[in-house]
Amino acid sequence: MVSAVKKHSFRRYLCLNLYMLFSVIVSAARFQTLAQYGLHSKQYTYVYYYSDAVLTIFLYLALITLYLHVFDEMQVEKYVRLTALLLLAGTALFSYAVVQQSSHKMLTVFSYELSQNLYFVGLVLTYVLWGAILKLRETRTQLIQLVLSLGIYFSAFAATYALQNMYPSFSRSFSYVVPVFGCLLPLAWAYAFWRLSPDARMAPARLVVVPR
Amino acid sequence: MATLIFLFSAAALLQFFISYCRSLIAASIKQPLSAEVREVTGIESVASGDDFARVVQLLQLCPERPEDHGDIRAIGTYFRLLNFVRGTLARLIPALVAWTDMERGQCTYFAAVALERRIAFSRDMLAQQLDA
Repeated sequence: MVSAVKKHSFRRYLCLNLYMLFSVIVSAARFQTLAQYGLHSKQYTYVYYYSDAVLTIFLYLALITLYLHVFDEMQVEKYVRLTALLLLAGTALFSYAVVQQSSHKMLTVFSYELSQNLYFVGLVLTYVLWGAILKLRETRTQLIQLVLSLGIYFSAFAATYALQNMYPSFSRSFSYVVPVFGCLLPLAWAYAFWRLSPDARMAPARLVVVPR
Repeated sequence: MATLIFLFSAAALLQFFISYCRSLIAASIKQPLSAEVREVTGIESVASGDDFARVVQLLQLCPERPEDHGDIRAIGTYFRLLNFVRGTLARLIPALVAWTDMERGQCTYFAAVALERRIAFSRDMLAQQLDA
């Protein structure tokens, strides 16, 4: 956020910066709960996983604004907003249905399942956006790096939560990996805002793994 | 379900990571190297992947710039991934050898550009100390 303000990109990527501000507030709230109730308390587990779900939904909104940046010349803003709203409502309904069916396993497997699903939907949305960037030959380097770092973040978390879901007995080992992944997004975004000029351009075709 | 999500996420992670590293390299590849850095690193016209370790050692001799720490580490990981591909998959698919060599060379060029920035940063710091 500091990088964005210093480089005059705060308003251009307002939702991304608001997400970062919100994540700082959530981290402070988590720390307060941790200090008050301890790592293995129910209170901390509830605060951690439900704030994680809310943060991920905020990140969806940030992602939708990246869609608006990519599609800004196509005048499809109305459709993107409508699709985003439907998707958010769909995810909320799906999560509610899962809660109804698995109320007996709240706080254990359910919390992993919910986070895994939320991150996976985020990953699919980012993947679609990356496809659109390649198709529309989007050349803004800063925007490309913001989207790619978001893709790394979502896929790393979705894979970690899926592994936790597959092997719940190893969940303690994953607790060291998750904070490392959590640092990826702020670092990558700070780099993109600090180092790259908003006018810098590149050919996205050079970045694909399999040349087209 | 979890297995499917894991497989898709792992594949996407690899793809996003490679594209991200290539975007970092592409952003620095346009920057020409000074004659001084060319001489120090031994890069004549095209950078070779075999020089990467040496250029990174030179980088570590310079005072660190906080803003380039993350991207150098990312490119270091990408370089190790390329070495792994070169040592395993490229033995089965010979076309991959040329691709990994080109990518490894670009990683070296990226490290040389970072070295150039660190040298400039050190000079600025020294100048500020002398002024003070």
